[in-house]
Amino acid sequence: MPDPTLTLSGVSKSFPGVRALHDVRLSLYPGEVTALIGENGAGKSTLVKILTGIYQPDAGEIAIDGKPVHLSSAHRAFEHGITAIHQETVLFDDLTVAENIFLGHAPRTRLGTIDWRKMRSEARAVLDAMGASHIDANARLRELGIANKHLVAVARAMSIDARIVIMDEPTAALSHKEIEDLFVLIELLKQDGKAVLFISHKFDEIYRIADRYTVFRDGEMVGDGLLRDTGQKEIVQMMVGRSVDHIFPEREARIGAPVLSVSGLSHPTEFDDITFELRQSEILGFYGLVGAGRSEVMQALFGITRPSAGSIVLGGKPIAPRSPADAIAAGIVYVPEERGKQGVVVDLPIYQNVSLPSLARTSRSGFLRLAREFALAREYTERLDLRASSLSQPAGTLSGGNQQKVVIAKWLATSPRVIILDEPTKGIDIGSKAAVHAFMGELVAQGLSVIMVSSELPEILGMSDRVVVMREGRIARIFDNEGLDAVTLVETAAGIVESAA
Amino acid sequence: MNQMQQSAPTVRRIPDRLDNPLKSALFSWQTLLLLVAVAIFVANSLASPYFLSPWSLSDATFNFTEKALIALAMALLIISGEIDLSVAAIIALASTAMGFALQFGADTPVLVAIGIGTGLACGAFNGFLVTRLGLPSIVVTIGTMSLFRGIAFIVLGDQAFKGYPASFAFFGQGYVWWVISFEFVLFLAAALIYYVLLHRTNFGRRIFAIGNNQVAAQFSGVRVGRVKFVLFCLAGLMSGIAAVLLTSRLGSTRPSIAQGWELEVITMVVLGGVSIIGGAGSITGVVIAAFIMGLVTFGLGLLNVPGIVMSIVIGALLILVIALPIVYRLVRRR
Amino acid sequence: MSRLVRTREIWLLLAIVAMIAAITLRTPSFASPENLAGIFNNTAILIILALGQMVVIITRSIDLSMASNLALSGMIVALLSSAYPDLPAPLLMAIAAASGLALGALNGLLVWKLDIPSIVVTLGTLTIYRGSNFLISGGTWVNADELGPAFIQTTRVELVGLPLLSWFAIVIAIGFFVLMTRTPLGRSIYAIGVNPVAAVYAGINVGRTKFIAFCISGLVAGFSGFLWVSRYVIASVETANGYELSVIAACVIGGVSIAGGIGTVGSALLGALFLGVITSALPVINVSPFWQMAISGAAIILAVILNARGERKKGRIILKRAEHGA
Repeated sequence: MPDPTLTLSGVSKSFPGVRALHDVRLSLYPGEVTALIGENGAGKSTLVKILTGIYQPDAGEIAIDGKPVHLSSAHRAFEHGITAIHQETVLFDDLTVAENIFLGHAPRTRLGTIDWRKMRSEARAVLDAMGASHIDANARLRELGIANKHLVAVARAMSIDARIVIMDEPTAALSHKEIEDLFVLIELLKQDGKAVLFISHKFDEIYRIADRYTVFRDGEMVGDGLLRDTGQKEIVQMMVGRSVDHIFPEREARIGAPVLSVSGLSHPTEFDDITFELRQSEILGFYGLVGAGRSEVMQALFGITRPSAGSIVLGGKPIAPRSPADAIAAGIVYVPEERGKQGVVVDLPIYQNVSLPSLARTSRSGFLRLAREFALAREYTERLDLRASSLSQPAGTLSGGNQQKVVIAKWLATSPRVIILDEPTKGIDIGSKAAVHAFMGELVAQGLSVIMVSSELPEILGMSDRVVVMREGRIARIFDNEGLDAVTLVETAAGIVESAA
Repeated sequence: MNQMQQSAPTVRRIPDRLDNPLKSALFSWQTLLLLVAVAIFVANSLASPYFLSPWSLSDATFNFTEKALIALAMALLIISGEIDLSVAAIIALASTAMGFALQFGADTPVLVAIGIGTGLACGAFNGFLVTRLGLPSIVVTIGTMSLFRGIAFIVLGDQAFKGYPASFAFFGQGYVWWVISFEFVLFLAAALIYYVLLHRTNFGRRIFAIGNNQVAAQFSGVRVGRVKFVLFCLAGLMSGIAAVLLTSRLGSTRPSIAQGWELEVITMVVLGGVSIIGGAGSITGVVIAAFIMGLVTFGLGLLNVPGIVMSIVIGALLILVIALPIVYRLVRRR
Repeated sequence: MSRLVRTREIWLLLAIVAMIAAITLRTPSFASPENLAGIFNNTAILIILALGQMVVIITRSIDLSMASNLALSGMIVALLSSAYPDLPAPLLMAIAAASGLALGALNGLLVWKLDIPSIVVTLGTLTIYRGSNFLISGGTWVNADELGPAFIQTTRVELVGLPLLSWFAIVIAIGFFVLMTRTPLGRSIYAIGVNPVAAVYAGINVGRTKFIAFCISGLVAGFSGFLWVSRYVIASVETANGYELSVIAACVIGGVSIAGGIGTVGSALLGALFLGVITSALPVINVSPFWQMAISGAAIILAVILNARGERKKGRIILKRAEHGA
């Protein structure tokens, strides 16, 4: 067995009030892919930041080829041959592909200025070696789709002859075909003798591409080994610390009459001719590949964007929300996908986040009444079993799952008729996931109607009464969730022609 | 308190607050400012024998109340994440409008209405550009700053409007009771109103939400555009009121009046603890900061320090006060 | 990013040409080479300052203290020259530049090490520098009689038909062009303006780059102090009072985005020239100079509207048009 390229031992990192990593051990071997597995909040992103020099560990040692190194800045990590490919590309949209590949280490002329010609030709060489010749080295990065942006990030890794490549949820925004291409690339990296750290929670991918695994839980390393010797259930158990069978809540579907009818909803560039119905106490799933236009439709329903044609009828009355305030007044609320940016106001206390849309009700003649706000916040956060030390705590200090609860609480407090959840359990630990699902069941039991946009097949299949599949801005098909299977959904979403009618 | 024992997990009782962490944070800034204010007061009284007389103290108020009135509205605007550099130019334009009306024989109530109205209109114009056209307020108000004062220059050139009626002089020069000037009383009343508006109403809460995370606030149903438009109008309104007071105090209008005031107003606001990037601040802090600046400039004036040197003190004070907590944190980390 | 500004620059160039053409109809001598060169010469200092400010704005900062820096540095060398009239011009230029650099570095340090927002820092230093001007000069003016000959001649010496002042602007503009397009520092400056997070990940030291940006703006401001005093043969507390806004106006009109990341040498140059042409044109068409401020203001507002239009991100394009059937 070859010696590891990179080893971490005894690494710890704390922030005020949070122990992100404690006494962590990790080894990356050349030519092998090691999967880093863990729930959200387990410490994976902190680890990546330490490896890329953004953070410095409070304790412990990092060694490359057996020699201790000090990754004091991103530049030093770069110099040691460590490079990372992040979920959202951290590159420059306005610069060209070649510039992005060579940023920080562009070939210089004798005068010390940048040698543009050499840079472009070297960029092309790298892209060719990767089998990505279809990418134009002179194109601006923003013109590329997310898959190609990832390829540029990989090209950057190749160009610095990185020895350690970190991939953080690289397939999150990729289509199936693009994922296949990425795997081919990873094989290339392996052949080149690079050590790859692959962070993902998708077991099928992990088992496909990785050789080893390391599991983190609550900031500690709880297990590692070879994937071929370990079963999935074991790994999940290590992740969660308990045996988990994710069962979706049983619901009594007392589905009523249509409560929301959307017909012919269109937008010049985002979606076209969207027609569907949402019935009372129903959970309507919206499935599709990334970029299918689902969130865009929801944002039009919520008044954030304006449709160019079509009608929306809620409870028998036509509505045309021109702003979220209009939509809320009509009874439609939206739990956005980007929690931190669109869902919570991180520096405001929990109770202020919860009361924000409901101020008209808690206040008197426009004057704040804190007692009523606290009461409102307490009622809804307790219903959702929020874990927080006080309601005056800034919402940003909560974990992802708890922040999601605050967002849901905020909307429940407005007594809506329709609640739209956009990727409600993305990036949330299993425990909170189950809580959100259970809660959705309770909501519909009380007469609310739910639209759930999700890219997680188990969630779609487990929770929806019916499923709307969107593809490239249009509705491909609406299914009843009877005997529906994942393959059908994926094929419909990808536009693969079905063999039988 | 109520623990519901069921087969389901017990319901947690989350307390409203632990201690008052947020309040104590703001509290310490205001306490710091208060200490500084007291220190300056003491320094002034030691430095000059003229300082402690009631009339003298009353005179001290004149030189900052007009700016402080604008600072109240500016604070709200900055907390919401915007800024208005044209406030001084609005004063010039409003004053010019009043002077213009004066030429047509307008009497005091009309003059006041025109002054305040012009200010309001200018504020609305700014508000329109920022909220309806989606333009960044810092450069837009640099533009309107030139435009408004430019219009004043076009109308007046290097002349001045004079001859304001006697009754008009009351606003800027009159006293309500003994040494307490009308301007001062107006400021205190306005400060109270703005305090309640920012800290005790829905409107104020929405301002903080917008300043902290505009997108999330919008997604939560806050009518961001409307709120910001109102704030720009308020800034214009207060500038119009300040124009009435200033013109009344000077008894004349020149297009160059209030030159440089926008920077002093912003200094007052930032000194008062309002974060320049938005989302945090208090009226109490701004009021104390206004007093500090008034005391410093008046005290230095009594010592015959020229205005331009005073601004060194103000500039240094601004940087020092902002830097102090940061330096403190850095030192503690070592 | 540069493509956007290129279109903008072409529009600006056209607008400038149109203005000149319109005025030339009224007053044919306006478009004469001597007059045009004169306009360029008059705008030279604004061009230089706009270049420095552009660098700062690209990094998502702002420098409100440039004019005060200019005045203070100018006063320093003016006082030196009046005390030692034989000091050679290059030495004075170097001192002015060094003074500007130091003042700019102070701004940069406060932004870098203490992380104070640049608008607050430069608001403070704006008044500190101007006040210091008063302190060292005692409020008195230094005028032509007192300035050494080196001073008075420097900007007026002609070289190939253009005064040295214009040449300084040209050389400095070329220098900035090389800096921004050919050096790693220039790339870093754009990078931190476009995407500060990505810049950190790419190993760029954001704080230090901003510090350097302020040093650059301070350096040109200080050097311009010498040029200003030389050109107008006077140094006083009032020098360049309020000029910082003209500088920012020039940048905005030229298409430099206040949000950072966007702007080229062409933008600064053309924006400054636009203002310069307006300033020169007004007296020629018998518009009182009192109109200048209002016109500048209107130009800024229009420029900002145009900037915003250009920057608006295109909506997500999900629908594939035309024949992409299901």
